[in-house]
Amino acid sequence: MESYTVAALRGVSLEIGSGEFVAVMGPSGSGKSTFMNLLGCLDSPSGGSYFLAGEKVSELSGDALAEIRNRRLGFVFQNFNLLPRTSALENVGLPLLYSRCPAEERRLRAMQRLAEVGLADRAHHQPSQLSGGQQQRVAIARALVNNPVLILADEPTGALDTRTSFELMGLLQQLNRGGMTVVLVTHERDITAFASRIVSFRDGHVVDDQRVAQPADALAMARELEREAA
Amino acid sequence: MTWLASIRIALRALRVNKLRSTLTMLGIIIGVAAVITMIGVGTGAQARVEEQIKALGSNLIMLLPGSVTSGGARMGAGSRNTLTEDDSYAIQREIQEVQAAAPQLRGTGQVVAGNSNWSTVFYGVTPEHFEVRNWVIASGKGFDAADLAGSAKVALLGETVIRNLFGDGDPLGQVIRIRKVPFVVIGSLGRKGQSLLGQDQDDVILMPISTARNRVLGGNTAKQRTVGSVFVKVREEADMSEVEGQIRNLLRQRHRIQAGQDDDFTLRNLSEVLQAQEQSSRIMTLLLAAVASVSLLVGGIGIMNIMLVSVTERTREIGLRMAVGARGRDILMQFLVEAVTLALIGGLLGIVLGVGGSYAIGHFAEWRTELNLQAIALAVGFAAAIGIFFGFYPARKASRLLPIEALRYE
Repeated sequence: MESYTVAALRGVSLEIGSGEFVAVMGPSGSGKSTFMNLLGCLDSPSGGSYFLAGEKVSELSGDALAEIRNRRLGFVFQNFNLLPRTSALENVGLPLLYSRCPAEERRLRAMQRLAEVGLADRAHHQPSQLSGGQQQRVAIARALVNNPVLILADEPTGALDTRTSFELMGLLQQLNRGGMTVVLVTHERDITAFASRIVSFRDGHVVDDQRVAQPADALAMARELEREAA
Repeated sequence: MTWLASIRIALRALRVNKLRSTLTMLGIIIGVAAVITMIGVGTGAQARVEEQIKALGSNLIMLLPGSVTSGGARMGAGSRNTLTEDDSYAIQREIQEVQAAAPQLRGTGQVVAGNSNWSTVFYGVTPEHFEVRNWVIASGKGFDAADLAGSAKVALLGETVIRNLFGDGDPLGQVIRIRKVPFVVIGSLGRKGQSLLGQDQDDVILMPISTARNRVLGGNTAKQRTVGSVFVKVREEADMSEVEGQIRNLLRQRHRIQAGQDDDFTLRNLSEVLQAQEQSSRIMTLLLAAVASVSLLVGGIGIMNIMLVSVTERTREIGLRMAVGARGRDILMQFLVEAVTLALIGGLLGIVLGVGGSYAIGHFAEWRTELNLQAIALAVGFAAAIGIFFGFYPARKASRLLPIEALRYE
């Protein structure tokens, strides 16, 4: 088989400040997934460099990248990616398992994060016993458990209904107000309305980068939907 | 990630696919059980031979009277009574390396005690016989030089004879008749069990050789002081072949055999025969164990197969673990621990089955089997090694997955 070199990203220069809430948009093939993989240290760039919290991570080895992912990044995926037949508590504690955190501390910290996303009473449920929104909250608790500097959410509302989506975005906004940097990939325009900055990709380039002065309040919109339904 | 956490993850993963895990383990279970059972059977056979060596006595040379030529036809060994009691005494006296030489006369006859009777073998022996043939006197006493000189009518009975004549009663001091001659029972002999040929070595009566000659057998034997055989016990095993030569020279001299003429007696090194047998049973054990190990190997391939399937099935899980910070070696260890856990649980169940199996063979086939702790340790070690060996390739495959590709895997 012949191999092709495809440049998924070209000439992208982007700086994301601490405490920003960035929505990344773009059609499929625009390079936004590759961009996210690079931000998430899941992939290394063939050229150029990436600094995370002042550290040049684009040239680190596999093991060092694993440690960066473990200690500085939190992932939220479209399909939740929770371990089946494993309790919510253990799912949340999973990153701590790889930072050699003692079992008792692991349990305590995971429990605390679960309480923060409002699922303390579901700690011993397995993913199959939780609703989609609850599963995604568990995933967010997991992303937060090791006190990361950046949360990367890849279409986190893709598998959720509108009201649950808004509730989840509310949770992310709440975290962001607490100082957490959030980068979110989505192709739903109404979801981008909750971000403070919207970056659009097309054919491997950044074609638009705008700041939103007054992002919509997701929780308020979720409550409104609830009222309408009632 | 700690070992404990790895083991817990492994156990959970194995529980999820119970049937699959059990079937995979079955290969190891059968392999380990086969190794333990086969080594058990082999060791049992070996132990039996060793016991027979002990019963016979170590460093033994047996002397038999030689053959005669009568009208050009050579008769078999023992066809002429060329060995005498004095030959035996001379061997003991003149060859330093000989610990003891014990002549014996053999006879068979009906033995009567009260209203029971039994047909058995009796041997006329000297007190050295007990030492040379490793007889233990279980109760009562042996006979001494005075009994020998006076042809005393005293006898020691083997276990089988006692059981057939007296049942559970005490034979000591009782009077029995051997070929109608009355004897006093002065002792009982310790148990020896079966001989190599399956003969009951406890179906025997011992009496002084003089008594056997003068009072029971009579006839020609009495005149010539000939004996049926002489057992010679050598002090050191290393001297066996040298002593063989010395006995041969001494007897040729005593029997006035010219150079070039055949010996009129036969020498047999009994220990050598048994050692050869022990050797062959050891080889049999090894052979059985080797065949059984093949099934362990097959079980190991089963583990590898299932681990490869498992790695493929859990590609997304691997991707997620990597995304939240698992390094390649964490994933490697997780799958390696899983394979070893599978093999070790299989190994432990195999031990249970193997121990049960050797017990069953011992019980139903009435073969002697012996549990060998070394074999058990070996089988478990082997099972763990198989887990590591056959688990390594799938585990390494898992650890080398790229996180983005693993996460995207459908």
